[in-house]
Amino acid sequence: MKNHVLRPLWVVLAGIALLLVVRHFLVPSDFGVEEGGNFTYNYHRLSSIDDWKNFKVKYRGKQYCQECHEENVESLLDSPHEIIECENCHGPAIDHPDNPETLAIDTSRAQCLRCHTYLPYPTSQRSELPGINPQDHNPGENCVDCHNPHNPDLENM
Amino acid sequence: MSCSRRDFIKNTFKTTLASTLPLSAFKMLSPAEVKAYTGDSSIRWVFLVDTQKCVGCGLCVKACKKENEIPYDPPITRTWVERYVLMKNGQAHIESPYGGRDGYTETKIRENEIPPEQIAKGFFVPKLCNQCKKPACVQVCPVGATYQTQDGVVLVDRKWCIGCGYCIMACPYGMRFFHPIHKVAEKCTFCYHRIKNGMKTACVQNCPFGARRIGNLKDPNDPVTKVIMTERVSVLKDEYGTKPQVYYIGLDTNVR
Repeated sequence: MKNHVLRPLWVVLAGIALLLVVRHFLVPSDFGVEEGGNFTYNYHRLSSIDDWKNFKVKYRGKQYCQECHEENVESLLDSPHEIIECENCHGPAIDHPDNPETLAIDTSRAQCLRCHTYLPYPTSQRSELPGINPQDHNPGENCVDCHNPHNPDLENM
Repeated sequence: MSCSRRDFIKNTFKTTLASTLPLSAFKMLSPAEVKAYTGDSSIRWVFLVDTQKCVGCGLCVKACKKENEIPYDPPITRTWVERYVLMKNGQAHIESPYGGRDGYTETKIRENEIPPEQIAKGFFVPKLCNQCKKPACVQVCPVGATYQTQDGVVLVDRKWCIGCGYCIMACPYGMRFFHPIHKVAEKCTFCYHRIKNGMKTACVQNCPFGARRIGNLKDPNDPVTKVIMTERVSVLKDEYGTKPQVYYIGLDTNVR
């Protein structure tokens, strides 16, 4: 065949070869599909899953708090606030007591109002919670000055 | 056309050989091997949201942002809670300021006073990534940086994502966003680091009312699976065909 016909072919082949070489060096060696996976949804850098598995856990849960603060957790568990996790107000434990040494407690009015602002919604459980109108009920005061969040029973105030 | 006896036998032999050769590609597999090849892992994470139980406290959003190191003040979040207030005259007030991170502590919606006697329905709907069985966001990724794990969770490879944003556009639910620090696409991972270590997701653990639950659809004894299999549940935007795996109890037609 004539040279001018073949020449573009060599250029194209060289281009493909170059692409394969570059690809070989740039694509991480563990790129692929897990056993049983498919190329449509499962093609990825396999070690990426480990990156996510090793992400730092911050909220450790009631059981973790109970290991040291037995009394506080038990008093909470006897109250209507038993459904609330400690860390919702005390902040994520992370590696407490090593890091951080102390947790910043959220005692703000806004924290209580998350549930206890009365909202007149007939189809939501929200309207069944004990609720106040923040404009009428001691505006500006911190709820914890009168109410004990670990035992919010109004009889024991 | 002529065909010698010699050619005929030769061709017959070749054809037979060619047609039987692929049979050698078949081999006997043990049931365990078949299971591995068909991707039949024993876990499929699913989520169940009970909108009847949600009170809009927003503790899930707060916990999610802190657990997953999502910048707290920018209006980006992996999960959020929407407030729906539907009036008797058909008007709908729908909002989710900062994803409901600080809870809903006012009766006003966007500075509008809502007369209580005219409210027909009021409720809250938590939303998060649907971890679709056929995720559109994964299909559009040009570099293979987002993928579905064997147990059904869609993850983003932060080292490999180029931040083109195709997946953010592709998600029918608007669940993805751009992470301002890592400069990559960001999404809910079902707290992969927690569920893989036997914990619940941060939002599930911190929901006081049990409105959010996570379970394994492949375990028939899982309480979440039992609800999905026996009660009336629905999913969001079924018509997109992405097969979302976050199931809702008590959805309203106004919720999209």
